[in-house]
Amino acid sequence: MNIFVLLKRTFDTEEKIAINNGRIEDDGAEYIINPYDEYAVEEAINIRDEHGGEVTVVTIGDEDAEKQLRTALAMGADQAVLINTEDDLEEGDQFTTVKILEAFFDDREADIILAGNVAIDEASGQVGPRLAERLNMSCVTTITSITIDGDTANIERDVEGDVEKVETSLPLLVTCQQGLNEPRYPSLPGIMKAKKKPLEELEIDDLDLEEDDVEPKTKTIEIFLPPEKQAGKVLEGEMDDQVKELVSLLKTEAKVL
Amino acid sequence: MSSVKHFVQGGDFLIEEITAESVFTPEDCTDEHRMIAGTARQFISREIHPYMKRLEEGDFPFVAEKMKKAGELGLLGHSVPEKYGGLGLDKMSKGIVGEALGNASGYSVAHSNHTCIATLPITYFGTKQQKEKYLPKLASGEYLGAYCLTEPEAGSDALAAQTTAVLNESETHYILNGTKIYITNASFADTFIVYAKVDSRHFTAFIVEKDFPGLSIGPEESKMGIKGSSTCSVSMEDCEVPIENVIGEIGKGHLIALNVLNLGRFNLGFATLGAAKYSFQLALEHSTERKQFKKSISEFGATKEKVAQMAARLYATESLLYRTAGHVESALGEHEDSSDFKAVAKAMNEHALESAICKIVGSETLDYVVDEALQLHGGAGFIKEYPVEMAYRDSRINRIFEGTNEINRLLIPGAFFKKVAKDFLDTRTIVERAQHSLHNGVFKKQTGELSELKQALALFKDLHLVCAGLAFFKYGTSVKNEQETLMKLADLAIAIYSTESVILRTEKASERNHKQKLAYTYVEQTALEVQHAVIPMLSELLVGEERTKTLGQVSLLLAAYHWPDSVERKRKIADFYSEQKRYQS
Repeated sequence: MNIFVLLKRTFDTEEKIAINNGRIEDDGAEYIINPYDEYAVEEAINIRDEHGGEVTVVTIGDEDAEKQLRTALAMGADQAVLINTEDDLEEGDQFTTVKILEAFFDDREADIILAGNVAIDEASGQVGPRLAERLNMSCVTTITSITIDGDTANIERDVEGDVEKVETSLPLLVTCQQGLNEPRYPSLPGIMKAKKKPLEELEIDDLDLEEDDVEPKTKTIEIFLPPEKQAGKVLEGEMDDQVKELVSLLKTEAKVL
Repeated sequence: MSSVKHFVQGGDFLIEEITAESVFTPEDCTDEHRMIAGTARQFISREIHPYMKRLEEGDFPFVAEKMKKAGELGLLGHSVPEKYGGLGLDKMSKGIVGEALGNASGYSVAHSNHTCIATLPITYFGTKQQKEKYLPKLASGEYLGAYCLTEPEAGSDALAAQTTAVLNESETHYILNGTKIYITNASFADTFIVYAKVDSRHFTAFIVEKDFPGLSIGPEESKMGIKGSSTCSVSMEDCEVPIENVIGEIGKGHLIALNVLNLGRFNLGFATLGAAKYSFQLALEHSTERKQFKKSISEFGATKEKVAQMAARLYATESLLYRTAGHVESALGEHEDSSDFKAVAKAMNEHALESAICKIVGSETLDYVVDEALQLHGGAGFIKEYPVEMAYRDSRINRIFEGTNEINRLLIPGAFFKKVAKDFLDTRTIVERAQHSLHNGVFKKQTGELSELKQALALFKDLHLVCAGLAFFKYGTSVKNEQETLMKLADLAIAIYSTESVILRTEKASERNHKQKLAYTYVEQTALEVQHAVIPMLSELLVGEERTKTLGQVSLLLAAYHWPDSVERKRKIADFYSEQKRYQS
């Protein structure tokens, strides 16, 4: 089975976000595999171990993204592809990403593509579904379980806390939600083996794309931090009085009732 | 993995100038090194930290089970050669794993004990058959190991062991009799490295399996800390050990015992660094949360000074440990699968002095940091609910085991005097040169970046040579009995090694701004410690007017290594860490 994983390098969840001159400060920041993409890598490895085949991990980014690809290889993926846009692209958006991936998959046979539900940085959740549409593949988002039998996939997906069961067929693109699995961390032998696994580097002209083809369709006007959290209010007194005060505050101050 | 290009002899730093390119620094770590650290850290945070209570309750089957899990991840086999089922990684990786696993109380001790002293005697001194039989199982965790050296009457004086080994009549087995005490991992170990004297004379190492007839394990000791590590006595009553289980040669057990301890000490330095960073983090978390007088206590100058000094010491400890990893790798990297017993022993002993420093500085930095961390918790630090309470108790053993810090200190000038004799160095010329430098300010002729710090280092080196020389001229070869002087010479050597490691690392780093602040802060602190060691020594070694004059001059020279921006600099360092909430440089 040809199994592909779409992977994004994101800020470490522990990282504090600071904005400087309208840009997010990335000096000295630590990076990780987008946590939702980690579920995808784990699931891809499990599917391969059960059904055979190969896991290929793909990312778009600069040279530094090689580290996250090596981590995925150390976890057990078979090969990795870095589409290096450092020299060609100043900016990109979800359109750009999907366009590049569409070209990448043009001459590749994918039985299943796994991606994260969202990336924790921009959290658009668009790349998976849009790519599936372009590739004319079935698409199931926010999956929490998947079993494959021949060409049929039985999937459970998270719908706002409820479970929806879906039966669909391969080829298929899924996006992975928390609860799907618990990603392994690379073993030391895995880390040493990862050094020797193939990591292919492509640029957009290797995919017959020009810069104009992937020009973003959106413009970022402004980046700002969410307002600082205000101090809370602790109500005091008898329970009945507290309830009354709460209702009145919800009406007059918060204006939600 | 990355090979270390430069070979620096043990003890060279006390006599020569060492260059930045010949030392390994944390910044030189490869991506693989970082990934290995990440895996080890994740193992601890997922598999051990949620269960600290079970460690504290002494749940040893739990500890054994987790070690087997660590084995599956390759965390027990990093130093075992590939052909025997391990990974054969470099000594930096060994240190990195040791550090990352160091913050887990008794688990850390159990794990390190297994991978270091319980496995290394076989790795470096075992026969091919022994390696094939035991190493794959020790690397995977199928076997867990213990190391039996200490006896009731043989602690620091390890070679005074009374356990005996006698060849049986059919010459198939040695019959061992004796008792070993304070044996880590005893309750669940499958293999025991046991030292015994053949015919009551020839100190020899044996591999004893738990099922060999005559071996029995005593009750658990009730300990002050590291309660998750099993500690029992191990008794042998007519214990039958097949002759093929002798490690190395009969009568050469001391070479194994002492040389393996060198790597044990090196590793313990890393483990204590990991624990110290964890305590530092606890201090930062608490001091930024806790409010008194309507401010976080991290905003007070007294706290800031503590935080800055802790950070500077962590930086120095880290610098000297990674540097030592590079030195040890350069000496030992090739010897992993050698059968040349003597060459292996020599290579392992090359950096005995530096390894002793790793152990001393690591354990004392941890004690210092965990003590200040607890102090910053106030009354809460005395309550068991807060993890710093456990960390404080766990810390104390580190200054005692793997050779007390006193024994390790004595080893340092001992190794230095041996080196001087071995290299046929002309002591008088060296000392005179150092004296000349002190009188005429030659040590000040340092240029370029960090030149002020390099001056301080050159001054420390001159002072060490003068003191060592004066001691040697006064006491001759019986200087080895002058322990009061030897301890202070050791302190000087430690100050030099740590200061030099800090300077070379800072010089080599590309991001230097913050590191430089730590370096200045460390040198200021160390200048005081050098004074603390040198003044009583010179006071003892000199007489009359020369004594009075020299004491005054030395104090004056050392006072130059304090800078006017000290308070401001330390505040900046502290603010950086209160923001980061963890150690980084």
